[in-house]
Amino acid sequence: MAVSFAGVSLKNPVAVASGTFGFGREYGLRFDLSRLGAICVKGLTIAPRGGNPPPRVAETPMGMLNSVGLQNPGVEAFIQNELPFLRKYDVKIIANLSGETVAEYAELAGRLSDAGVDMLEVNISCPNVKAGGLAFGVDPASAAAVTRAVRDRSNVPVMVKLSPNVADIADIARAAEAAGADALSLINTLLGMRIDVNTRRPVLARGVGGLSGPAVRPVAVRCVWQTAQAVKIPIMGMGGVMTADDAAELMLAGASAVAVGTALFRDPEAPLDVIDGLAAYCARQGFTRAADLTGALR
Amino acid sequence: MLATVLSLAELRPGAFDLRLEPSEPCRKARAGQFAHILCGPENLLRRPISLCDQREDMLRFVFEKKGAGTSWLARRRPGETVDLLFPLGRGFTANPDGPPTLLVGGGAGVPPMVYAARRLNGTAHAVTGFRTAGLAMLLDDLNALCPKVEVCSDDGSLGARGFVDAVCRRLMGETAYARVLACGPKPMLRAVAAAAAEFDVPCEVSLEERMGCGLGACLGCACRTKAPGGGETYSRVCQDGPVFDAGEVIW
Repeated sequence: MAVSFAGVSLKNPVAVASGTFGFGREYGLRFDLSRLGAICVKGLTIAPRGGNPPPRVAETPMGMLNSVGLQNPGVEAFIQNELPFLRKYDVKIIANLSGETVAEYAELAGRLSDAGVDMLEVNISCPNVKAGGLAFGVDPASAAAVTRAVRDRSNVPVMVKLSPNVADIADIARAAEAAGADALSLINTLLGMRIDVNTRRPVLARGVGGLSGPAVRPVAVRCVWQTAQAVKIPIMGMGGVMTADDAAELMLAGASAVAVGTALFRDPEAPLDVIDGLAAYCARQGFTRAADLTGALR
Repeated sequence: MLATVLSLAELRPGAFDLRLEPSEPCRKARAGQFAHILCGPENLLRRPISLCDQREDMLRFVFEKKGAGTSWLARRRPGETVDLLFPLGRGFTANPDGPPTLLVGGGAGVPPMVYAARRLNGTAHAVTGFRTAGLAMLLDDLNALCPKVEVCSDDGSLGARGFVDAVCRRLMGETAYARVLACGPKPMLRAVAAAAAEFDVPCEVSLEERMGCGLGACLGCACRTKAPGGGETYSRVCQDGPVFDAGEVIW
């Protein structure tokens, strides 16, 4: 089940998605984090962020909207307090970072890669903040500028997280690849909204939020498939993975690894079931290595 | 954790009494803790429901049918299996020694007071408030566990007419309580906290918010609280709460 992902060896191709797993402490009480392929930590910014007012979550048909707004203790607190905890486990740590300017992305990349994380995940696709975030992810030139700045400051592989809220995801993917991205992760959430018809108010305090869960999975499969045609760098596929079959779907579409996110809220041990199930799927389909699944779409 | 449905009864229209037998020995919960319950294949997220009572081999949850999740739960039949994460969150302080505790439950906030009364070994006094007599529930349970139970209703159709905070003020004038434990709608909690503060009685309140993971990881169920060093912060209802010291809460 081991795979090499942008030069980082993962014991299996299953990660947990940023924002759904905190810094691992809560799930670490429930299972051994060393069983995971990788942990994409909660999105980090230079200064601590309080996040958005509640309500922040709303359920939708087979999905959920969130508007957490990058609440996090800041990069320094992560390096001092959270990274040493995560380092006690035999699991690759992928630091997710968000800036409001290109310079902030570069500074975060320098500090996090110096602190010894295994990989960076550059969030240019958060729909829940006013400045930065998604703004960098919808335009190829901006995506390239952020990627280049991060690449210049990082001594670990750089993965750029793409948004599905774009006209052509392959355009953004090619721009990130040309600017030096070592890998891509997709998809971030789809911008959505729910309205309470009785109060005639939005359900989320901020009005809009990011849609995740099984509802978005077909969009994720399509985005991974389109992106895999457009670039040579590896893809971490995510979006509504609940089961091993869902993970296999993303890998067949072209992903080299997958991440489990919202499924954790339904079943905290979902990633472990995906890992075990994916091994069983490989055996059933006659694949000797998980890596052979990537792009094995007929 | 899996549990088998022992019984499901409709206590009054719209409120259900679910009794479960855990499939494995489970920890004795604190009053005010909750279970995060999976509500069938159609509902993605679990539903947080406060523990109403716990006995050897039996967990009891009393909930109102509000949306698709609780409707699914209200259709369970004896012998069926329910998947829950339990016990979660920070509970109430329930100390049976020393002066009595005053329990305050409003509407759907009454159920956790039953278990609080049990943990207080029959020493607690209780105040319950309902919008109207038809919405009352669990009064027999509280009467069996508390030497004093006061009831009021917004429209006067049951007990005293008015809100629970007025009753709390009267009782706090008569008895020196160790603390006040409250669960109910936010305006009620705020009023009860204000009343407790007037009498200088410590007060704990149980808050509600839409929840994601229920474990403290996703930061979905934020509520505004006072920061330790001054200013304000967001706390997690699922992990830092659902029970908070009333003084921590920014109303």
